[in-house]
Amino acid sequence: MSNLFHQAALTALISGGIVAGVPLMLTAIGETISERAGVLNLGLEGMMLVGAYVGFIGAYYGHSSWLGFGMGAVGGLIACSLMVVLCVWLGLDQIVIGIAITLAGEGITSVLQGAQFGTTYPRLGAMTEVHVPLLHKIPVIGPSVFEQHLLVYLGVALVFVLTWVFRRTNVGLNLRAAGEKPEALDAAGVSVLATRSYAVLCTGALAGIGGAYLSIVGAGVFTPFMTQGQGYMAIVICMLARGKPVWVLLGAFLFGISLSIATALQLAGINISQDLINMLPFIAIMVALVLFARRSYLPPALATPYVRGAR
Amino acid sequence: MVELRGITKAFPGVVANDDISFDVRRGEVHCLLGENGAGKSTLMGILSGIQRPDSGRIRVDGEDVDIASPRDALELGIGTVYQHSTLIPALSVLENLMLGDTHKLRLDGVSASARLKELGTTLGVEVEPSAKAADLALGRQQQVEIVKALWRGSRLLILDEPTSMLTPQAVEELYKVLSRLKENGLAIIFITHKLHEAAFLGDRISVLRRGQLVGTLDEQAVKAATPEQLEQRIVAMMFGDAGGGLADAVELKAELSVSDQLEYEAQPVPATAEEVLKLERVSVRGEGVEPGLDDVSLTLHLGEILGVAGVDGNGQRALAEAVSGQRRLQRGELLFFGARIGHVGVTGREKLGLRYLTDDRLGEGIVSGMPVSINIFLKRIGQAPFWRQGRIRKHAIDERARELVERFDVRTPSVDARAGTLSGGNVQKVILARELSFDSKVVVFHKPTYGLDLKTTRTVRQMIRDMRENKAALVISTDLDELLEVSDRIAVLSRGRIVGEVKPGPGAAEEVGRLMIGDVSLGTRAGAA
Amino acid sequence: MSAIGARETMPTVDEPLRPERHRSVARMIDLLVRSLVPVILALIAGGILLVILGRDPLSFYSDIWHGGVQQGSWQDSAMRMAPLLLIAVGLIFVFRANIWNLGYDGQFLLAAAVLSGLGPSLVTHVPLWVAMTILFLVAAGVGASWTLLPAGLKAAYDTNEIITTLMMSFIGVGLANILVKGPFQDPTVNIPQTKVLPLDKMLPAIPGTRIHVGVLVALAAAIAAYYVLTRTAFGLRIQVFGANPRAARHVGVQVRKLIISAFLVSGAMIGAAAAADILGVWGYSRANWNPAYGDTVIPFVFLARLNPLAVIPFIAFFAVLSTGGDLAASNANLPTDFLLVLVALILIFMTLIEFVGRRRDLGQSYLPEGMREALRKPLIRRRQESVASPTEGQEAA
Repeated sequence: MSNLFHQAALTALISGGIVAGVPLMLTAIGETISERAGVLNLGLEGMMLVGAYVGFIGAYYGHSSWLGFGMGAVGGLIACSLMVVLCVWLGLDQIVIGIAITLAGEGITSVLQGAQFGTTYPRLGAMTEVHVPLLHKIPVIGPSVFEQHLLVYLGVALVFVLTWVFRRTNVGLNLRAAGEKPEALDAAGVSVLATRSYAVLCTGALAGIGGAYLSIVGAGVFTPFMTQGQGYMAIVICMLARGKPVWVLLGAFLFGISLSIATALQLAGINISQDLINMLPFIAIMVALVLFARRSYLPPALATPYVRGAR
Repeated sequence: MVELRGITKAFPGVVANDDISFDVRRGEVHCLLGENGAGKSTLMGILSGIQRPDSGRIRVDGEDVDIASPRDALELGIGTVYQHSTLIPALSVLENLMLGDTHKLRLDGVSASARLKELGTTLGVEVEPSAKAADLALGRQQQVEIVKALWRGSRLLILDEPTSMLTPQAVEELYKVLSRLKENGLAIIFITHKLHEAAFLGDRISVLRRGQLVGTLDEQAVKAATPEQLEQRIVAMMFGDAGGGLADAVELKAELSVSDQLEYEAQPVPATAEEVLKLERVSVRGEGVEPGLDDVSLTLHLGEILGVAGVDGNGQRALAEAVSGQRRLQRGELLFFGARIGHVGVTGREKLGLRYLTDDRLGEGIVSGMPVSINIFLKRIGQAPFWRQGRIRKHAIDERARELVERFDVRTPSVDARAGTLSGGNVQKVILARELSFDSKVVVFHKPTYGLDLKTTRTVRQMIRDMRENKAALVISTDLDELLEVSDRIAVLSRGRIVGEVKPGPGAAEEVGRLMIGDVSLGTRAGAA
Repeated sequence: MSAIGARETMPTVDEPLRPERHRSVARMIDLLVRSLVPVILALIAGGILLVILGRDPLSFYSDIWHGGVQQGSWQDSAMRMAPLLLIAVGLIFVFRANIWNLGYDGQFLLAAAVLSGLGPSLVTHVPLWVAMTILFLVAAGVGASWTLLPAGLKAAYDTNEIITTLMMSFIGVGLANILVKGPFQDPTVNIPQTKVLPLDKMLPAIPGTRIHVGVLVALAAAIAAYYVLTRTAFGLRIQVFGANPRAARHVGVQVRKLIISAFLVSGAMIGAAAAADILGVWGYSRANWNPAYGDTVIPFVFLARLNPLAVIPFIAFFAVLSTGGDLAASNANLPTDFLLVLVALILIFMTLIEFVGRRRDLGQSYLPEGMREALRKPLIRRRQESVASPTEGQEAA
């Protein structure tokens, strides 16, 4: 009897962890790309929200989650193109602009939601999931890990592709050089601005998709401020992972699980204040920072605009 | 092969290049000589695509070209070794070399290794492809930079002040590499501010002064003249007959001529002289790639100038900061006039009269956005009589600052001018005013003349000499000539340890150079070819 | 982690050591233009946005005027100024040291929760002014204590304070909710909120108005901050550290102490802001209440060039905007979050104007050279055959 309860709780925990972890993972992967290239993106929260809203609209009217994700990516791209122009091309302060993008994203999505739907919050139907043959029949692991939206598996695949890109390709080498020592990249005849621009655009698209996943699959509804600091969590995950995509994957799902712990505990019959649960991931991050911060690594050129010929 | 015609480039406030015409041919070394700030680096920046000229034309093989970016320069076969390293410390040698090769998506390590071997044979150098750039000795790093500049088949090699960080032995080796390249038909532009380098290396020599090309000595002129005549002529070109006055120029020349003509002023200080500063088996932690100090003992007597020689990045910063109080001692003790000061902070030591003239003038020496007056008082914030009960007394500060600005001959519009607007030499004078006044007793000079113009260099060296009078100085420098000239003893620092002590005099330079290399396997192996 | 250090585009700190009279009129005008133009541009851009949303921008902005200034509502705006100004002063302290305390929400709400939990019983036991003083101090203490961990981490390990303050902020907001719902919950009501202070036990009003004296406290704090930052050794040390942290270490500033004290002052000011708001206006704390004052204050702090006196008119402007914005938004049937968009626009235009100004000073073009090239060249492969296009030829000529 209690065993059954625990099994259900465990399934909910893992499954919920994945659902909550995917937006974090996508966004943190995106941030990894731009941090490696030397751009600190504090606008993630805003980009996720724009992606979440636009993606929701796409899924709501287009009746397709994929259309939603596509729209979310476009939304993220639009939000981060501001960052590309202002921070990468013009060399304006990445922190100030990041804050501005977050504020603008919060404000504009709330306003648009209000203008569109007033105070009602329409819901989407359940999304189709992929049932991985055979594997999904395994108890606990099966229904939690192998019955997810296809995007989840694509996202995980992306992590490994990215690892390969960083290690074995010229693109990855350029990205790393742009973050380590942009003048060296410039001297080698590669445009630093272009490299960083593409990196930031990737970040925006991934954050947009992450936001879209949050509203379309995770919640099924768009509410203002629904990201609740996940953009910032993604930044921390990225910093703790020290630019390694596989560690990002691991970190994102650990934090995803801590986000979904409330539901699981409720299923297991334990009731803990929702506020405390909400604080858990942040407390976990603070503990992680206190323990490991000394050893976190950031590219030397992070958050410094590149101007050719300036010494 | 490459020709510059009428190049002009202005920055706000200065004309860096004024109507300069310059060319270089296959199989020659063309030296570009000039003081700091004469516009040498700007001119080469234009050739390598870092800067764009305001007007003028560049011709390669007789055709007009537009060099808008470093990529364009590389495609035209112009490779550059910049003054500041462009190697990425965190990457391997091979990765550094492959950077920018964007024709393929995948990194091709195999063919890159082959290319490295091929170029290595040509140059007579051998580098481990998988070594991290940060782990290489500076001489070796520079060889990698040259390989990198030649990586895509360059026909013109530009070297911007390549010897400033090298040991005498590594400089020798660089000369060898350059002569091999010359034989292979490469055109080489060698930028330097050192007279003897230009006289030794150049097939032709051009001199830049305040953004203008004041003359070029062609092959015949260079070959025909004896070294002394050549130097005389170059000095005349560099400082001109007008303006500074010839007497001044001759004096300057004497000071900057080749090292075997140095006058040594070393004065042995009696062992009975008071010990003003003593490091007893001091160890401090390193920072990043820079080593710390490992069991260093040094003694400085009253009236003595102790030089510390070493290749850059061998613990100089750690030594300076350990003495100044910026870095905590891990082990050992520091004695100042016999008193233990290991636990005393920066401000406490500065009050005692122990001062530190930093080498990183813009990075930590001044706050560029603040007025000159405040910069002079940076180390006395909150102290009477310039602050009273925490409140600033602007008039007292300005008055004293004006006095010091005059005494140290700082050229500034007023004491209210932002320190960042001053030239390098005047910034150094502001820092000197801060460190040498207010009852200084012992001063640590860290690269005191690095990057300064000749006149300021002379002034600063005189100030160091003046320390013999009832004070003492610790001079940490990578300029061996400077140390041989001013110090009474020279200690040699290598990988955070004092590896020996040398008395200035004939043959001292070679001895210091030998000690500097220390562990041979990590230095630049002369016999690697 | 020191990578996020030098920030050149951050509006530079005004030189306080130079007497006013030495500053030329042109410089004053320049400053004024640089400060006001972003606000005007943001209002215009916001108006365009309103048109796109099908609302009338003119009536929106005139509603702001009605609701923020006319018919005595200026007194509401003045009271709104108190917390905003205190937060602004708190941010100026850290921003001058180039430290990013972005944890203001947590510091504010936690202080608010604690003081509204303690307030109702305290005011019944001690004289009003004693109670008010104690509550201000408690709030300041709570705010300051919430910065301790980020400050300590930054001082000891140079841990990025943007991250740590944000994390602490989220934790603080959660903790505030737990406090309001738990130990400080008013047992007589069903909604999660604290006991309400009786009207006569709140901050007294300035005679002849409804404005509470908290506004005066805020103004006094701004003046005191100006004095400390521009005339004292502590202020100069903060400025040196902010301009060049390595120079600060070199000249013997005790950097760790400085980081921690700047953080503590900042947190205390933000805590005091909560006291002024709760004791002056609300009288209680609700769960999930977050006015997010800090976010909206940031652009004005920069526009005022981190000058605690110059920030006062900007804060007054924003107080009107936000008091009137409530009315305007409800009339236009929009969420008040529209103000966030305006604030973001001000930030963006501010950095842009700053950029244009800097470029002009240098006598260079508005756009850096690389900008035109950047998108033309793909990341992986550049078209080898790409010959100089006609426009490029003109540039080179």
